[in-house]
Amino acid sequence: MENAKTIISKISRRKFIVGAGGFTFLITTGVIWPKLSAENKTANDGTITAWVHLQPDGKVIIYNPAAEMGQGSMTALPVLIAEEMDVDWSMVIIENSPIIPEIYGSRGFRGGNSMITVGSRAVSGYYEILRQAGAQARYVLLYNAAHKWDVPIQELTTDAGVVIHKSSGRKMLYGEIAEFAKSPDKIPKIPKEQMKQPGQFRLIGKNIPRYDIPEKVNGSAIFAMDIQLPNMVYGAISRSPVNGARPVNVLNKDSILEIDGVIDLVTLEHGVGVIANSIETAFKANKQLQIQWSEGAKAANYNSVEAFEKYENMAEDASIKGSVIKNKGNITNALQNAEKTYSSYYKNDFAYHAQMEPLNAVVSVAPDGSSAELWVGSQAPVSARRAAAQALGIAEEKVEIHPCYLGGGFGRRSMSDYVTEAAFLAKKAGKPLKLVWTREDDIAYGAFRPLSVQRMQAGVDKSGNIVGWSHIVVGTGGRLMTSGVNTLFYTFPNQHIEMRNVDEGVRTKHWRAVGHGPNKFAIEAFIDEIAVGQKIDPLEIRRRLMKNHPRALNVLETAAKMANWGTAPPPGRGRGIAFAERSGSLAAGVCELSVDRGSGRIQVHNFWVALDAGVVVQPDNVLAQSEGSINFGLSSVLSESLTFKNGKVQQSNFHDYNVMRIADAPENIEIKIIPSNEKPSGVGEAALPFVGGAVSNAFANLTGIRLRHIPFTPEKVLEALSS
Amino acid sequence: MKTTFKLNGKTVQVETQSDATLLWTLRDHLGLTGTKYGCGKALCGACTVHLDGMAVRSCTTPMSMVTNRSVTTIEGLSKDNSHPLQIAWVEEQVPQCGYCQSGQIMQAAALLQNNSRPTREQILAQMNGIICRCGTYTRIVRAIERTAQNL
Repeated sequence: MENAKTIISKISRRKFIVGAGGFTFLITTGVIWPKLSAENKTANDGTITAWVHLQPDGKVIIYNPAAEMGQGSMTALPVLIAEEMDVDWSMVIIENSPIIPEIYGSRGFRGGNSMITVGSRAVSGYYEILRQAGAQARYVLLYNAAHKWDVPIQELTTDAGVVIHKSSGRKMLYGEIAEFAKSPDKIPKIPKEQMKQPGQFRLIGKNIPRYDIPEKVNGSAIFAMDIQLPNMVYGAISRSPVNGARPVNVLNKDSILEIDGVIDLVTLEHGVGVIANSIETAFKANKQLQIQWSEGAKAANYNSVEAFEKYENMAEDASIKGSVIKNKGNITNALQNAEKTYSSYYKNDFAYHAQMEPLNAVVSVAPDGSSAELWVGSQAPVSARRAAAQALGIAEEKVEIHPCYLGGGFGRRSMSDYVTEAAFLAKKAGKPLKLVWTREDDIAYGAFRPLSVQRMQAGVDKSGNIVGWSHIVVGTGGRLMTSGVNTLFYTFPNQHIEMRNVDEGVRTKHWRAVGHGPNKFAIEAFIDEIAVGQKIDPLEIRRRLMKNHPRALNVLETAAKMANWGTAPPPGRGRGIAFAERSGSLAAGVCELSVDRGSGRIQVHNFWVALDAGVVVQPDNVLAQSEGSINFGLSSVLSESLTFKNGKVQQSNFHDYNVMRIADAPENIEIKIIPSNEKPSGVGEAALPFVGGAVSNAFANLTGIRLRHIPFTPEKVLEALSS
Repeated sequence: MKTTFKLNGKTVQVETQSDATLLWTLRDHLGLTGTKYGCGKALCGACTVHLDGMAVRSCTTPMSMVTNRSVTTIEGLSKDNSHPLQIAWVEEQVPQCGYCQSGQIMQAAALLQNNSRPTREQILAQMNGIICRCGTYTRIVRAIERTAQNL
């Protein structure tokens, strides 16, 4: 664990106390910093907050604890504080919080406090924490005003940046309080009843313009890629083309070192780095490196296209015992005794993150090597700092991290491999160094959404009820493959879910909604296959399965209504419906598409979507995230395919890894957010998992042909149409 | 190699390697980091700038091609976010991660300079070279249409 006290004292010097004339609310439950160390408080009990700095001019600096990678939480999280603190939003300045999970973290997946921004958890994870922090900050203002006026605190109210004493008509601006504010000895935890009720919200649920957008339309937003330091040099790395291979020898070392501007070569475990005086020289030398690699890496025999057959065989092989995820009732009997059974395979290729900013980081090591600074766009700043510290052989608190905007994350920037590399090269360089991955590097050494095969089986009784449901996922990627494999809102009396994993030695990683994409595709398309076989309307079959879940059912019904489900689509078009839950949110989508039978190109005309995400803090941003999720999902469903041959990634840039472009986006996306007072749930991925099912179902509705292998490229569509 | 050209309205001279590209010259020699590196092969459009008013991919534009010509980058589009497209981009809340948006806006600006009333099909055709991984396409179309209506 890092030493929180050390870091706090460092921050207090650097940031908080230097902010002269203002007042920082460093609050714990009942205790205000700087008493924190005196209290000898265990720093990881999850109760510490330190979120607001109030300036005499009335400006309120609010610290944002989450990575901003486009999802908008750097605005949404401060809105939560500002709401309960009753701040005038026009006075708010947002800054990144220091990276101290004991203070600025929310509850992590494995317990403890975490500052990792993943899984659409930022707003849901911080909702209570930051409203409490805002309410406590407001309490401190009331406490100070009460002392100044010598009135009971209970007689005070606030209104958008002003403390009011009604009976005497006195008012005090928050900024005025900053001049004399003192911390009370104890700050109570503000009970929920004293916090705002949803009907009283001034900021939550309204559309506060995103704080980051003005600087993202004029080029001034700073990504790590944009950091320039005096005397900076540049690094690029040739990594093992087959994961696990090691560089044995650089065959043309001398000629590389002779390139004008090349400073040094660095051998790493997994590659060879070039240090040069310009990025273009580093890239050029990187490309010319001739490296002899070790043989025998596990991944070297991997051919992903051929692997499907192996995984299908594994799915059929009764002797294989995988990880059982769910086993309810007796699936064997249910399938044996069923009136009718259904069986299908669904498949998906690997998918690459393709975040638009290729991986990069800047590291500057102090001349004596005892400390360093790191500039990085990371979803996992604590891991990033640790990675740099380990590479440099120094303590974590000796690395000062400067979080930058992320030019896309999608799970890739929750890894810190690129930070480790930058630190190694910077140490060798003895100067500030910027490591940049080329796009080719970023693909070749990516970490991908797993390829998988889904074996689906179902049994139906005489009345058309699905009595048995079996879903076996086979592929490479372990637990990454199982997110979304459960059917939380469909009830089956007998159900078996199992994962059979093969470690092929290739790199896999979370990717926007991870397993939910492939799994919900298989589940939703298979339900439609059963619906078609049983001659039941696809909406109706889902209604029956969801009958015990009114909230989910409402989402489904809302999407159906938006799409005028039950009316015939325009000629030449098909419609498909699908439902999926993700990170606590419920979403349903109806896709309307057509297909060009000459080229095999699918065009999506309409997507009607209903979303229940609990309390929505920033409605327009939720719409933006949902539009983005649909486009991202559709890209993977229609065009993205990453393949391995002998362990080597076969794609190299955007000419052969096809990310969706604007002309292939849906012509119209309509999203309805269902009003709710439930706790907020995640919205960054919720509108992605249903896309595959909705498209496959719409295509089947139009053509009678079932597409079962993502992506549905024009070639595959033509093949399906001609079969 | 010395190159003299007009950058955002001012004449500049810059010394680079002979095979330098406009992209890295702008970013690392001239301090204009709003123009982004995305692919290095003119495939993604994040590096789009104007060369004599035409949208070009700066990552594949050699400095030798720039001599005595006029380059406009996102920083030169307006001084204060007042270009109609920038206003529309904010009003429609287009950017998410923002990395591709300089390229999107510069491509859209070139489009509207030549055709102030583009059809939806013309917008799609002109903008198809610029990838947005966050999926802001829906709003990009809306922002361009809004700008065109207001011109």
